[in-house]
Parts: sequence; structure tokens; C-alpha cells
Amino acid sequence: MAAFSRTELSEGLRIALAALKANRMRTLLTTLGIFIGVIVVTVIISVIQGLNHYVSSEFSSLGANTMYVSKFPWIIRSWEEFLKYQGRKDITEKHYRLLVKNATLAEAVAPDLGTNRTVKYRTESLNNVYITGTTEAYLSCANTVPETGRFFSDSDVDLNRAVCVIGWEVKDKLFKGEDPIDRRVKIGGQPFTVVGVMEKRGNMFGQSMDATAYIPYTAFQKMYGSRRSLDIQIKAADPEKTDALVDQVTGIMRQARGLTPGKPDDFAINQQSQIMDVYNQMTRTLWIVLIGIGSISLLVGGIGIMNIMMVSVSERTREIGIRKAIGAKKRVILWQFLMESIVISGLGVTIGILISLGIALLIRAVSPIPVYISTYVLFLGVGFTLTIGLFFGIYPASKAARLDPIVALRYE
Amino acid sequence: MLIDLQNVVKDYAIGSEVIHALRGINMKIEKNEYMAIMGPSGSGKSTLMNILGCLDTPSSGAYRLNAKNVGSMDDDRLAEIRNREIGFVFQNFNLLPRASALHNVELPLIYNGTPPAERRANAEKALIRVGLQDRMTHRPNELSGGQRQRVAVARALVNNPSIILADEPTGNLDTRTGDEIMELFETLHDQGNTIILVTHEEYIAEHSDRIVRLRDGKVERDEAT
Ligand SMILES: Nc1ncnc2c1ncn2[C@@H]1O[C@H](COP(=O)(O)OP(=O)(O)O)[C@@H](O)[C@H]1O
Ligand SMILES: [Mg+2]
Repeated sequence: MAAFSRTELSEGLRIALAALKANRMRTLLTTLGIFIGVIVVTVIISVIQGLNHYVSSEFSSLGANTMYVSKFPWIIRSWEEFLKYQGRKDITEKHYRLLVKNATLAEAVAPDLGTNRTVKYRTESLNNVYITGTTEAYLSCANTVPETGRFFSDSDVDLNRAVCVIGWEVKDKLFKGEDPIDRRVKIGGQPFTVVGVMEKRGNMFGQSMDATAYIPYTAFQKMYGSRRSLDIQIKAADPEKTDALVDQVTGIMRQARGLTPGKPDDFAINQQSQIMDVYNQMTRTLWIVLIGIGSISLLVGGIGIMNIMMVSVSERTREIGIRKAIGAKKRVILWQFLMESIVISGLGVTIGILISLGIALLIRAVSPIPVYISTYVLFLGVGFTLTIGLFFGIYPASKAARLDPIVALRYE
Repeated sequence: MLIDLQNVVKDYAIGSEVIHALRGINMKIEKNEYMAIMGPSGSGKSTLMNILGCLDTPSSGAYRLNAKNVGSMDDDRLAEIRNREIGFVFQNFNLLPRASALHNVELPLIYNGTPPAERRANAEKALIRVGLQDRMTHRPNELSGGQRQRVAVARALVNNPSIILADEPTGNLDTRTGDEIMELFETLHDQGNTIILVTHEEYIAEHSDRIVRLRDGKVERDEAT
């Protein structure tokens, strides 16, 4: 096909725009399928991207190479499963000590006990503070450090001292600018001396990681009893050897709990990757839904365009005849109608992207998911426009281009 | 020689039936001739005009326009010939209804890539030649029948074609307006244009130098007036 002259191109565009302007309502209705398709696709892509971003940033505050030995696994699929786990023997200090001694592939092993209590300082008080009973090894496992002061030492733990490290939010709400170090707070009614303040850690899955206080696990057990099941955090010394560490920990635990070969584990080793697996499985489903709905609505939209283009060609048969009679070549007519279908689909895609942008902003405003529309979605939009416009426009346009001028001129 | 038809035949197949619209036309037309084609309805006048105007090609026989064989040309080449060599005037005007008179006249220039400024100037000149200098921005539905036909004549003129073909150009006009259009053709002829027109009216054919009478797809008579 020979190249178009500039006059031919601009005339084609001018005719297309004039024709669409003359049928505003029809044009708008035709774009409906396209823009709904675009909205579905861009909103789902943006939500998935936002979720990915959200989940990975949430997880980054969990130590990436840390595993959690616990009575319950993180993912429980039914009530029956829950009851089964409920019936397991507790994980105790004995297991913790064995792991400290024998888990040679671990960099740090920390006990983890937790509960919610009110923390008071003088007349100020803060409810629902998450109290963690642990050791200094927690810092390695959770990949965090105190901002001021210090964390309690192993001797604080061994001597069962009433010392605590408070989270950033606790400092902020109770102390209002006063230096909390060496002050006494009451945790669940018991006095503790503040020795440090943790750095700000932000939220995880909507829950503040700063409305917290840390106390020696021995003190925790004294206050709340030693007959509750422990969680044990273990950080791998070498991230490459995480799997080997899992095997080692499994071996130590099975032996400690007297499991003969063939019996299933009666404890769980939880890892971030397990949640990621479930999450990825979920988003995979979302992707399939996306591709399904997206392609159906784009197909419907495209067929709508083809239909309206057929109408347009037949309405303008006489015009085509006139243009051909005075010298319009096939490709000029082809271009004129292709332009029209590309403009329709472009309009649909543009409206779709604008509405999607609005929806993305709305989701961002009302949820913690940072939904945003990335520039590649815009490129995708241009791609869609050209593809749909060309694919569904080519048949009507070539029908117009092939019209016999005499037949077209006779058309009433 | 401008036009040379040799034994031109045109058949139309409708279903299993074949209609012989032209049954062997021989005709030579010189530059600056003014020729009228007459004949009863269905005698093949329009078919002949379509072939002369390169809207259609003969089923057999040869058509040479400016010594070029039109029968062997593809669609795009024919479109080019229509654009540069032929100016059409139709009975029902065939203007684009949504475009101004000026744009209608510019159209042939758009299809041969004339730059916008030149295009506009030429179109205005053509409209002035047909006496429509103060109707350029009007749309066809804002013009009388005679004015519409003048726009069509201006459009036919604008590319300085070798031939102006008019198929019953006064058929939709009243006598007085028809006479005005015929005067216009006469002027164009005087200015050196070649004109071929189809008409039913003897008094209109009188304007020409030569009358060709068709009957049943054949030339019945071909004589100077
Ligand atoms: N496109 C066509 N298809 C079939 N038959 C046609 C077509 N065009 C013309 N004819 C037939 O050819 C014959 C000549 O028609 P036409 O040239 O239009 O006659 P005129 O213009 O002299 O009235 C008529 O019988 C007409 O029905
Ligand atoms: Mg006729």
C-alpha cells in the first residue's frame, strides 16, 4: 500500500470526527462496552498492584528470614482443623531452651508471649497495648532496634527484672515529650521501669506495631502464668540455609516431644512464604477473573464498534460513491472509516481510564491499599485502542473501500 | 485525439440473465468538442457516460483516453484518472450534504494532495467562475437547485479536467434554471473545455456541435448540428 499524503490523513481524521459529532449519543453508547472493559481491567490490575505493594511492605516489617515455631499454624482452613491444633501439647520453655542450645543454623532464637494490657503513666493511660514477653534475641528476629535507651539484657531476663521497652506510640501518648527513660509505668497494674523506646515500626495489616511494650519473658510468665503455650521466633544465620534450619528445628522439636518416626508433627513452623503462597494463589484467581471479564467486555465492545461501523458505512454509501467518483482511492476510504473506529475505541478507552482513575483514588481514600494507576496502564490503553479499533474496524472499512462507485451512487 | 472508443461492449449479468447495455460503440471525440448524447430511456446513455468517465470499464472493446488504454487500469489508477482528467456533473447534483459549497469544490483537490492554501484559492476561483462568489460557505440545503448544480459544475472544473461529463444536468431543474446551466456550459466550451452531455431535450442538444443518438446500446446516428 502506498504511503498516505498528509492531506489524505488529516481529511480522514476530519471526516471521522465530523461523523462522530453528528451522532454524539450513538457514539457514546457504542463506547460503553469498551470503557466498561477498560475499567474492569485497569481497576483490577491497579488493585492487584496495590495489594502486592501493600502485602510486601507489610511483610518487610516481619523479619524476612524468621520462622515461628508455634502450636497453631497461621493458615487454618476449618473448625475441625482448629480443634485438632487446640488439642496439641503446649510449646514450653523447655523447647525454647533446647532450640537455643541445639539449633546451630540459627542466628537468634527468641521466645514470644503476647497479650493486650493497659499501660499507665501517672494520670495518662493507654488501652490495648500489645505486651510481648521475650529476650534480647527478639531484636534480631524482628529486625528492629531501640530508638533511645536500650533493650533489656539476658541478665534482666535471668533475674526476672521488672523492666520494659515501650513502643513509639506508647511513648508519644503517655509521655508527651517527657523523656520516658527510667520512669515507672504500670503494665496491667504491675510497675515496670522503662529502659528503652523502640523505633517507629508502622502498621501491619491495619494493626499498629508501635502500641506495644516489651518485657522479659520471665516477668511475663510471672505475671500471667507459665502455663501458656510459647511461640518461638528463630532467625536463620544464612538466608540460603533457611530450609536446612527448618529441618534442624523439626528434628529438635520431634525429639523433644517424643514423636516416633511416622507420626505427624504436633507443632507448626510458620514462615512468611506460606502466607505469600496463599496470597499468590488468591491473586492468581483474580488474574484469571480479570482476563475473563476483560476480554469478554472488550469483545462485546469491539463487536459494538463493528456493528455501528457497518451502520455508518451503509448510511454513507452515497457519500462514499461521491468521494470515489471524484477520485478518492480505496486506501483513502479505508483510512477514513478506520479512523472513525479508532476514534470511537479511543474515546471508550479514554473515558474508561478516567473513570478508573477516579475509582483508584476512591479506593485509596477509603482503604489502606495504595491503589494507583501506573503509566504502563496508559500504554496498554493506547494499545487496546489501536487493536480494537483496527481489528473491529477493518471489516466495515474494507467493505466501504471496495464499494463500486456506480452502485454506491445509485444507493438511496 | 482525446477519446477513442472501439467496439465497446458492456454487459450486465443479473442472475442468469445478461443485459446488453452497450452492443459495440465506435466513437472518436476531439479536444474542445461539445457533444450531446440522446436516446430513449434504457438505450445505454448513462452506461456510456460511466465508461467515458472511468467509473466503469467495458466488458470488451477498447477505450483510449489521451492515448492511454483505460480498460487495463486498476481501481486506484482509474480513481486518479477520474480525479485529474474527468469532471462529472450529475442529474441529482451528488454534493456532500454536510459540507459547505467551498469544501465540496475543494474535495477533488484534497484527493490529489494539493496544499491547503492553493486548494482554497482554486476552489474559490471555480466558484467565482460559476457565479457563486457570495454563496461559498452555504451548505447544499441552503442553496436552490440551480445553485447546487453550479456548485457541482465548479467541482467538475476545479482540476482543469480534459473532459466535462454531464448526465442529464438539467433533468432536475426548471426550464429557466436549466437554461442558465446550459449557458454556463457554453461559456466553458468557449473557454476551451471539452463537454459531453446527456439530455432528453432537443432544444438543449441544440447547444452542442454534435449529437449522438443511441438506441438499444448502439449508435443510431452521429451528426453535426
Ligand atoms: N448496474 C446495472 N446492472 C444491471 N443492469 C443495468 C445496470 N446499469 C444499467 N443497466 C441496464 O442497462 C440498460 C441501459 O441503462 P442506462 O445506461 O442507464 O440507460 P439510459 O441512461 O439510457 O436510460 C438498461 O436496460 C438498464 O436496466
Ligand atoms: Mg440514464
